[in-house]
Amino acid sequence: MNPFSSGNRLRDMIRAIRACKTAAEERAVVRKECAAIRAAINENDQGYRHRNLAKLMFIHMLGYPTHFGQMECLKLIASAGFPEKRIGYLGLMLLLDERQEVLMLVTNSLKQDLNHSNQYIVGLALCALGNISSAEMARDLAPDVERLLQFRDPNIRKKAALCSIRIIKKVPDLVENFMYPAASLLKEKHHGVLVTGVQLCTGLCKVSSEALEYFRENCTEGLVKTLRDIANSPYSPEYDVAGITDPFLHIRLLMLLRLLGQGDADASDCMTDILAQVASRTESNKNAGNAILYECVQTIMSIEDNGGLRVLAINILGRFLSNRDNNIRYVGLNMLMKAIVVEAKAVQRHRATILECVKDSDASIQKRALELVYLLVNESNVKPFTKELIEYLEVSDQEFKGDITAKICSLVEKFSPEKIWYIDQMLKVLSEAGNFVKDEVWHALIVVISNASDLHGYTVRALYRAFQASTEQESLVRVAVWCIGEYGDMLVNNVGMLDIEEPITVTESDAVDAIEVAIKHHRSDLTTKAMALIALFKLSSRFPACSERIKDIIFQNKQSLLLELQQRSIEFNCILQKYHNIRSALLERMPILDETTLRGRKDGSLPTAVSTSTIIPCDLPNGVAEPAAAPIGDLLDLSLDDVPPPISSCGDILQDLLAIDLSPASALSGTSHPPKAGTDVLLDLLSIGTLVPAETSPSALDISSSGQDNKAPLANSNGLASLPLLIADSPASSAGMMDLLDAFDPITQKLEENGPAYPSIVAYESRSLRMTFNFSKQPGNPRTTFILATFTNLSPNVYNDFLFQAAVPKFLQLHLDPASSSTLPASGDGSITQNLKVNNTQHGKKSLAMRIRIAYKTNNDDILEEGKINNFPRDL
Amino acid sequence: MIRFILLQNRQGKTRLAKYYVPLEDSEKHKVEYEFRTHKVIYRRYAGLFFSLCVDITDNELAYLESIHLFVEILDHFFSNVCELDLVFNFHKVYLILDEFILAGELQETSKKAIIERMGELEKLD
Repeated sequence: MNPFSSGNRLRDMIRAIRACKTAAEERAVVRKECAAIRAAINENDQGYRHRNLAKLMFIHMLGYPTHFGQMECLKLIASAGFPEKRIGYLGLMLLLDERQEVLMLVTNSLKQDLNHSNQYIVGLALCALGNISSAEMARDLAPDVERLLQFRDPNIRKKAALCSIRIIKKVPDLVENFMYPAASLLKEKHHGVLVTGVQLCTGLCKVSSEALEYFRENCTEGLVKTLRDIANSPYSPEYDVAGITDPFLHIRLLMLLRLLGQGDADASDCMTDILAQVASRTESNKNAGNAILYECVQTIMSIEDNGGLRVLAINILGRFLSNRDNNIRYVGLNMLMKAIVVEAKAVQRHRATILECVKDSDASIQKRALELVYLLVNESNVKPFTKELIEYLEVSDQEFKGDITAKICSLVEKFSPEKIWYIDQMLKVLSEAGNFVKDEVWHALIVVISNASDLHGYTVRALYRAFQASTEQESLVRVAVWCIGEYGDMLVNNVGMLDIEEPITVTESDAVDAIEVAIKHHRSDLTTKAMALIALFKLSSRFPACSERIKDIIFQNKQSLLLELQQRSIEFNCILQKYHNIRSALLERMPILDETTLRGRKDGSLPTAVSTSTIIPCDLPNGVAEPAAAPIGDLLDLSLDDVPPPISSCGDILQDLLAIDLSPASALSGTSHPPKAGTDVLLDLLSIGTLVPAETSPSALDISSSGQDNKAPLANSNGLASLPLLIADSPASSAGMMDLLDAFDPITQKLEENGPAYPSIVAYESRSLRMTFNFSKQPGNPRTTFILATFTNLSPNVYNDFLFQAAVPKFLQLHLDPASSSTLPASGDGSITQNLKVNNTQHGKKSLAMRIRIAYKTNNDDILEEGKINNFPRDL
Repeated sequence: MIRFILLQNRQGKTRLAKYYVPLEDSEKHKVEYEFRTHKVIYRRYAGLFFSLCVDITDNELAYLESIHLFVEILDHFFSNVCELDLVFNFHKVYLILDEFILAGELQETSKKAIIERMGELEKLD
């Protein structure tokens, strides 16, 4: 009975399912049908078994579970009639795969069917075996399949051949059995058998090198001949596709020849003629022809070197690139990327076409072309390439701009022949697509600029012009602002004009204008504004005439909501107002940033030295100062070793900085002092504790942050060397609260050594308080001085919470004992005494110096008095 | 080697699916364009997408040709095939496919040969 004659029921079911409007309806129909099928299975209903299985297959295709039908397949396969077997095998292939154990049950039926007298049934069995057999089944049934390879009917032969492919994939040991029959298949005339034979041989060669050798020796010439016959054969309507006879066979033969010729010179020699013939004579206006050419090119590139052929192959690929069909272009580009490794010169000739592909409308072709361009660039052609790419940058899509910019930047960096060209190209890129440029790129640009000292004038003028043209691109603005800040004087005075430049007049206020624009522009982000502030600050030193105006601009940012800007503007303002004497030193030209250090650090080989950014939270171009800090550290001789130590916190930096001693000769000795105390000091300094009154904190920060900004000038200012900073061990004292910058006046007093008796001094006196010191020394220990401090209240009010603090220079060590009390009665009715011990390591060379601070409460007021004690006896 | 063949319409309904390697059921209902380490080659004919998943090393253009050959065979067999033909006669489509591709490789390159064979098989039913 024909299972499909009662196909009305099958059709009805399909129609019903298609008529369902919702998924729920469909599920209902399917459920009903499945129930009916399950009932029929249980009853062992012979009649409708095939129809049921057909329905089951349809339901399976929709995605519903159908395992209950698996046994039905087996039963159908075991039946005698061809139609039942057919539907049974079909169901088997759809509902089952090789991982199910149920499949094993079929082995016996398969074996019987493989030996059946009806060749159609044999065909069915081979088909099923070829599609889903497992390894065990393959091993069991291999002998039968092998025998069938020589069956009289070509249909069976070709099915057997393909089935064998699966068998050897599953069971590689059986390769030897199939080698000889496969070789004989290659001599077939029937195209179907031939193509399957070729595929079998290909499969064998991939699995076993022994087979590969065998085929290489015996079959190469035969294959070449076959290919020649096919290529030259006359028109045959049966196999013709677009004017070519059996392109599939062509391609399979080429593939097998590729495997055979790879790595073997003789085999490759055999093939060269036919390959040349196919490559040159195949028409390429249709896909079939292109498919053959593609395979041919792949074969040519894989077999042993033959220069002329390879050039031919690459020319074909070049033609592919001009093809209208996207697929062909894509394939061509892919192949060229592989080919460039072997035949770079030949690929170079197609540069223009490849550049065209970069401008293609299809995104994946664009990407591939860009990668290929990147591979093609070398020193000699980098200039025209870059020019083209930058031109394209202007018209490309937004999504693609990021890719192109990244590639251009790396190309320029790798291959630039001279600095001025590098700077030019980078400027163009920044003007066009600065927003896509990564931070490292413009950092590197700044490094290069600072290194090219003869080009400073040119660069800053070019940047100024670009800046005037557009302020859209953030990175360009940043670089421009930095350069104007650094080299503003060159800009205004037209220093270092090159021949190619046009003259440009920029006044000082123009330059300041430019930077003001950068600050005020609403789209500038934090980094840009912060850089602009520093640039303005630098200009305030270079252009004294604009100083007032610059001060105003900086002042405006004092109330900025962004902490970074606020902090900077306050600091700069402070320096501008109070500390003119160090300003010029602070703002000298930056030293040349060391390119190699920067590159080395980029490669991760150097430790990140001197991180300046721990105080300043943003990642700012202070980061650019990082490479500067390394050589500067050397300048200041801060590091005792050869390598600047990886200093991770600012505290250490400051400690190093401030460890610069009074005498210039002993710059190094500072570090030998107990660093721990120093760090604690600084932690106190930097953690603005409760004791710090408002006005001293900015100045404390001043020294710390302005110290970070321009470390080089610090070396130049001698005043800094006198920063006293050693703190007593007693927890009652904290020394950081001094206005350190005031310490620029070097402490000049030198006390001479004299006899053991020392006069007491009035160390400090104000209208409300007097403090006297009494000195004594232990005999035999001249370095140590004991001081008895006496405090007297000169006012009519009682002082409560009395606290005395003292700080001494580093060469002194101070120890405070607890005070006698913390309440000082009024009007001198009593006094507080406190013992101090001072150890002078420079006894004989330097005299004592001390700064003091006294805090107390009176009449509900908090009072703070500070002072400096200069009148120590000389020889203490 | 062909890993699987899929026919889908524009709504994503699968009209035909044939797998030459075992795949999880869940994976069968997913289509990705860079499916694991293989590539998918497809062509659209009217409302149907014929997709082939092949190895990376295979010749894409050749498989495009085979897709076209398959469509031509279907066209010849069903006389101006349309999607509905494929839906209602899915079992026949599978049979044709089995004559054209076996074990993931091409079985026969001649349209005429395949059509003849299908004729013989029909007669047996």
